[in-house]
Amino acid sequence: MVGLGTEAQKYVWEGAIPLQIHLHESEITTLPSPPPALILGPRMGYLPLLVPQIKPYFSDTLPPGVDTVWFDYKGIPLKWYIPIGVLFDLLCVEPERPWNLTVHFRGYPADLLSPCEGEDSVKWSFINSLKEAAYIINGNSKNVMNMSQVDQLELWRSILNREMEVFLRISSKLKLGTVGEDYTKKVTSPRQTNSETDTAGSSRTGRIPVRLYVRNVGEDIDDLEDVPPIDSWDRICYINKPVEIHKEEGKIFTLHDAVKVLLPEFFPDEEPSIDEEISRIELEDEPEAPESNLCNQDLNISTAKKAEVGASADEHQLESSHVSGKSEIRLVRIQGIEPKLDIPFSWVVTNLMNPEHFLHICVCVGVSQDPSKTR
Amino acid sequence: MDICSSWDGTLSSSDFRVAATTLSKKWKVINPVFPPWTWVPCPRRPFWVASSDSEVDGYLSLENFYQLSSNEVGHRCSIETQALNNLVDVLCSYKSSPAKEELVNCGKEEPVDNATLVQSDDQEMHFYDFHIVYSNSYRVPVLYFRGYQSDGQLLALDEIERDLPLNSLKILRESKWTFMTQEEHPYLNRPWYTLHPCGTSEWMKLLFLGGDSQTKDGPTIQQQYLVSWLSVVGQAVGLRIPLEMINNSCPLYPVNSVTLSNEVND
Repeated sequence: MVGLGTEAQKYVWEGAIPLQIHLHESEITTLPSPPPALILGPRMGYLPLLVPQIKPYFSDTLPPGVDTVWFDYKGIPLKWYIPIGVLFDLLCVEPERPWNLTVHFRGYPADLLSPCEGEDSVKWSFINSLKEAAYIINGNSKNVMNMSQVDQLELWRSILNREMEVFLRISSKLKLGTVGEDYTKKVTSPRQTNSETDTAGSSRTGRIPVRLYVRNVGEDIDDLEDVPPIDSWDRICYINKPVEIHKEEGKIFTLHDAVKVLLPEFFPDEEPSIDEEISRIELEDEPEAPESNLCNQDLNISTAKKAEVGASADEHQLESSHVSGKSEIRLVRIQGIEPKLDIPFSWVVTNLMNPEHFLHICVCVGVSQDPSKTR
Repeated sequence: MDICSSWDGTLSSSDFRVAATTLSKKWKVINPVFPPWTWVPCPRRPFWVASSDSEVDGYLSLENFYQLSSNEVGHRCSIETQALNNLVDVLCSYKSSPAKEELVNCGKEEPVDNATLVQSDDQEMHFYDFHIVYSNSYRVPVLYFRGYQSDGQLLALDEIERDLPLNSLKILRESKWTFMTQEEHPYLNRPWYTLHPCGTSEWMKLLFLGGDSQTKDGPTIQQQYLVSWLSVVGQAVGLRIPLEMINNSCPLYPVNSVTLSNEVND
């Protein structure tokens, strides 16, 4: 597998968004206005990396001054540290082709966007995310921090040049685990599972780096084409939270299970199973190492009595059902596709993960707009 | 004993909430004149995402804090200061220089302090907001902060740098991208300065393992976690913790500095 990659991975690496980039009108100093730049933006890439291609289109018409490049889509500044494909999936509920963006070379909105000093900022944002992913998976970031300068540079170049095989060869040194294999072993070999649990390292292989972006498209909208554009990032709920893969004999952890862990209030019909799962986890993990207890506590399973846990769980469920009585998940989108929710999560992770080893999931929920609460 | 030896220096999100309460209470008792640390629950999260973590989600906030002069740090070349500097080095994943150079650096700090002292006369008052946010990825607290002038105008990076203790400024110059950067505040959707947390669990483990036996059981660690954490992280941004708070949790005796030096040199 290493050095070759799956067919799905190849498609993901080659994915690109057709962009039509317009220069903001306040920065046009010539007549007629320059035509927009037509560029393919790699899904796994970042907007600031496109600036060297874009600049020649507009340099003749720019006013004097120092470049501070940023982009917006229908008035919302685009976060440069979010991959292009994720921005597109999230902001264009109904895909817009080509995607019309506005580029600015002046007037950086420093109160809204983190500063960006070109490629270096993007590179280090990527490296820091990779460290974070390594910590989630392995419990430390040592393999990333101990990368040689040569490997680090080559890894970054493989991102810039979209060379999947080079990337897979170098990233294999980071030993960030193949989720599918680990999960399969645990399922097929109960004894091995027990022995692996005793090892500190393997007990953490069940944590998957996930970044979730949730937006509300409203309850009454039937056609996604009618969804109004977002005017502020405050309307998007960003959840940076790992997914713990639960160990259940004979049962495959699906994408549905993962989304349920991240957004439990949108699965009210399955309250009984949630309680059962909590009870099982508590029972199974009690005799195990304290680290397991700490992991469970991340899921709000306290060391209190089971009855108390059950009671608090019921209360949460009641609150959730009250708040989101008519809520539902309308859309789950990853790398531009909407996978069936019963697909094994390990497949999703292995094939649809971004190079910094985060799975970016865009979710659209349908909840009625309550004016009093929104204010 | 078992809990302590296998503990990896991390904290669950619910324990973070407990530790936040402890820090808030202690601060109020020991620093009644200073602004308080207060818990901010589920801020500005859209109403339709009623997270099941709602009782735990939130952050600890200290606002309108007048920045103390970093001269106090420079004037003390005590063992305690060296130990704390070592901790700050570990915090920032920065390989510190040998002990002898540390001593030399202590001596050299005096002239620089004079320059800083002169500068401080010209400066306006700077106020800071500090937020302690739990990281689900690293399972440790992360410090976010921003500075502003009395009229509310945000401080630029070079102004922030002038307020930093000398040791932090040195590290920032040498490893800019991995020590302190502007990142998006997880709850406020705005750029805030933050210290990178990837080494936190390791030095927190060292910090607690080096303490006396009274602090080694699980509940005590979880309760005292934030006070101890802030005693180190606060040094990096010039937010000092009174000794009373430190002594009640995890005292930094000379033995610790020896242990830490050995660990850092590995």
